[in-house]
Amino acid sequence: MSEDIQTGLAEILEEVAGVAPADATPEKSFTEDLDVDSLSMVEIATAVEDKFGVAIPDDELANIKTVGDAMSYIQKNKA
Amino acid sequence: MSTSVGDVVVTGLGATTPLGSDVASTWDALLAGRSGVSRITDDWAKEFPAQLVARLAADPAGQLDRVRARRLDRSQQVAAVAAEEAWRHSGAADSGVAPERVAVVFGTGIGGALTLLGQDDVLEEKGPKRVSPFTIPMLMPNGPAAAVGLAIGAKGGVHAPVSACASGAEAIRWGLDLLRFDRADVVLVGGAEACVHPLPMAGFAAMRAMSTRNDEPERASRPFDKARDGFVLGEGAAALVLERGDSARARGARVHARLAGAGGTADGYDLVAPHPEGEGAGRAIAAAVRDAGLTSADIGHVNAHATSTPVGDTAEAAAIRGTIGEHTLVTATKSQTGHLLGAAGALESVFTILALREQVVPATANLDDPDDDAAVQALDIVRREPRRAQFAAAVNDSFGFGGHNIALVFTTA
Repeated sequence: MSEDIQTGLAEILEEVAGVAPADATPEKSFTEDLDVDSLSMVEIATAVEDKFGVAIPDDELANIKTVGDAMSYIQKNKA
Repeated sequence: MSTSVGDVVVTGLGATTPLGSDVASTWDALLAGRSGVSRITDDWAKEFPAQLVARLAADPAGQLDRVRARRLDRSQQVAAVAAEEAWRHSGAADSGVAPERVAVVFGTGIGGALTLLGQDDVLEEKGPKRVSPFTIPMLMPNGPAAAVGLAIGAKGGVHAPVSACASGAEAIRWGLDLLRFDRADVVLVGGAEACVHPLPMAGFAAMRAMSTRNDEPERASRPFDKARDGFVLGEGAAALVLERGDSARARGARVHARLAGAGGTADGYDLVAPHPEGEGAGRAIAAAVRDAGLTSADIGHVNAHATSTPVGDTAEAAAIRGTIGEHTLVTATKSQTGHLLGAAGALESVFTILALREQVVPATANLDDPDDDAAVQALDIVRREPRRAQFAAAVNDSFGFGGHNIALVFTTA
């Protein structure tokens, strides 16, 4: 399950922000390591909702700092 | 105008247009007499009175990094493509100029219309949460200027004149002023437009401003011709790098021409109709020639705004005849490029500079039967094929809805 989430998230990151799939590993920080800005994070949240059916409210989005944080959030809230 | 900073020169040119994906291919196509106009085959256009458009020769998104392109409106994409060509071409990046002394002035007539209208569709169909977070930066009319500023790392100020179809020319005039007032050492100037969409098309058509010669796309844009019936909407961008002559020569840059003077006026007459005798246009041209320290006899060539509308072309002919005279070689390149609105003045300045440099005036296509108007009859409008000539100074003029008039004088390097 978490491999599916990582793969799906990597696809989103590549499409929205041009992040190479190999770089989308759990320890990576969106802003520090992957150069994903705040507007792109909003796009990523929308794409996550489409792909996984998991909506990320703004206050939760602010706490998602790394790829691993996003994976955990999706895992926890997936129906 | 003589100032302490001396002359201002053009060291870089860039363009992406309906005739080509860069300056060289655009210029070659222009001299070869090719047309950039075609008929829209999309379903939405079927019921439109005017179905003609001059689309870009190359998709700008294909000339940019994919992720970068998806965050830029098409008007910003073309601005970036043209600006990067001009910047590379100038070699200014390698000159050691401080980013704080590099400025950008880049205009647009309409701005990010495709984003505005596209995201409105998203809003209607999917709701507010689905509207892109890039909507505002992609639709704002300073967006092309901002995209260009980021592309070349300009930190000396980024400005965005908005004066309809005079925007591109106005940007060049502002650039000249920035250098004259020593506010920058290098200024990248230009204009961008990309608004081929049903709404702007319907709006211009409702004004009865567009050609409806739908069955003959390549013959539709015919400035000064008796059978002209309106303009053809085009898309694209053009850019110029301006700097002081002494520093350009000191770094060994190739100087294509001097930007010798500029003039700007307002008609004060009507929101959209030009003054019938081109009064404001004539004042702008006269001011530019005076600013350049020249007289009308010096102006060997005029690249006219001439959009192919019935009233605009004759008003301009009167202005050119009244201020410059009948000796000058006139051309109307919109006959092949269509009307690039806020990019028109920048593109036609590129053409004016190349005409000066190469000593050849491109022909006005489709000018089969010049209008009976006395001024049109009196002018020497180049047609059928380009004409070689010797001239040291040339004018490019541009006019916009709102009564904006800008004229620029370029001279040989």
